Amino acid sequence: MSRAALLVLADGRFPAGGHAHSGGAEAAVKAGRVSGAGSLEEFCRGRLHTAGLVAASLAAGAVLGLDPVELDGAADARTPSPALRTAARRLGRQLMRAARATWPSAELDALAREFPKGAHQPVVLGLAARAAGLGAEDAAYCAVYESVSGPASATVRLLSLDPFDATGVLARLAPDLDRVAHQAVEAARCALVNGVDALPAASAPLLEISAEVHAAWPVRLFAS
Amino acid sequence: MHLDHNHTHDGPPAVSADAHRPDGRRRALRIGLGGPVGSGKTATVAALCKALRDELSLAVVTNDIYTREDAEFLLREAVLPPERITAVETGACPHTAIRDDISANLEAVEDLEDEIGPLDLILVESGGDNLTATFSKGLVDAQIFVIDVAGGDDIPRKGGPGVTTADLLVVNKTDLAPHVGSDLGRMAADAKAQRAELPVVFQSLRAEGGVKDVAEWVRGQLAAWVA
Repeated sequence: MSRAALLVLADGRFPAGGHAHSGGAEAAVKAGRVSGAGSLEEFCRGRLHTAGLVAASLAAGAVLGLDPVELDGAADARTPSPALRTAARRLGRQLMRAARATWPSAELDALAREFPKGAHQPVVLGLAARAAGLGAEDAAYCAVYESVSGPASATVRLLSLDPFDATGVLARLAPDLDRVAHQAVEAARCALVNGVDALPAASAPLLEISAEVHAAWPVRLFAS
Repeated sequence: MHLDHNHTHDGPPAVSADAHRPDGRRRALRIGLGGPVGSGKTATVAALCKALRDELSLAVVTNDIYTREDAEFLLREAVLPPERITAVETGACPHTAIRDDISANLEAVEDLEDEIGPLDLILVESGGDNLTATFSKGLVDAQIFVIDVAGGDDIPRKGGPGVTTADLLVVNKTDLAPHVGSDLGRMAADAKAQRAELPVVFQSLRAEGGVKDVAEWVRGQLAAWVA
């Protein structure tokens, strides 16, 4: 595996559409639940241990060779909010385009054919990592990092938060990111034996509910 | 038009700016319109739609910064049927969505062609931005940069990627020049100095047929695209 390929895939500038999404931060800011670096850190920790863990285990599972169509169904089952399912598929479609152009692969082509309007983003992420010659742990790391870096950069724009403070939040979360990535890979290995139902199903009800509310706003900066 | 029969209908969607769609048809010409906030991009798009809709099959993608205002203006003006107008959300960064990470816009143009059928032309309107905002070649085939006389007659002199490199520079609202003290002659001379042989159009959409020079330029682009 190439460590540099991991940096390419994990780069926030990788052109896969993430810049237009806040990971729930816009709704949380509006509701007053995120108002500075401290509350951003708590928000990110909560998202990491729920949506981040689930995404990372799906991505790791895809790298390990679990059936991507089954994984996509598992992702649907773990995403109660229709708005979040739509956002995940849209981001999956965007990542698919970038990944196929970057690391051409028959597996990615097959998944694009199966889901022309987009599979869940973590499943595409796993296959993209596979196409890039990366391992399950790498894909899990990408997923957990994305689960917190998206809200952090969105909050810089939403609150005019000091960018150094936002980056400090990410640095302080690093040990948690390590733990959750590890946990996600273990769960994916377990699912190889016991099926996709064994994958984590941690949920953050407030993220799901506020995503529905956010999707109905007439004026917003971010798509989700 | 059905030049390439090696592609099949069930092939995966196109990856980038290929000139042909997965079914082998030539895709629509895509023209981007960028420029500062309030310079008249949406008004130019509306006028172009009215001028071209009877001779071409066309559609519009808007990139609103935080609302659906531009898409809704076009809908309200009824310049095209609603299914031919799509809005992309840009996450507070309009230039990112047209230059650095074009995936949402590519999806929007592809979905329009999937849902409406063959199109001749898709206009992609950027969110209002600054003088450095340009469209990626992966998204559009040609781009128009729209500035206006009221934004300051020194803008052509200041240059920047939009003014200097756009395939067409439009200086809008010429009717306001006497009221805001803008020197059109100076703007034309500065634009010529920045752009050499690249075309510049001065227009006022207040007048009947005000968009005709830009519409003629678009027809020329289209003729070259299908040639």
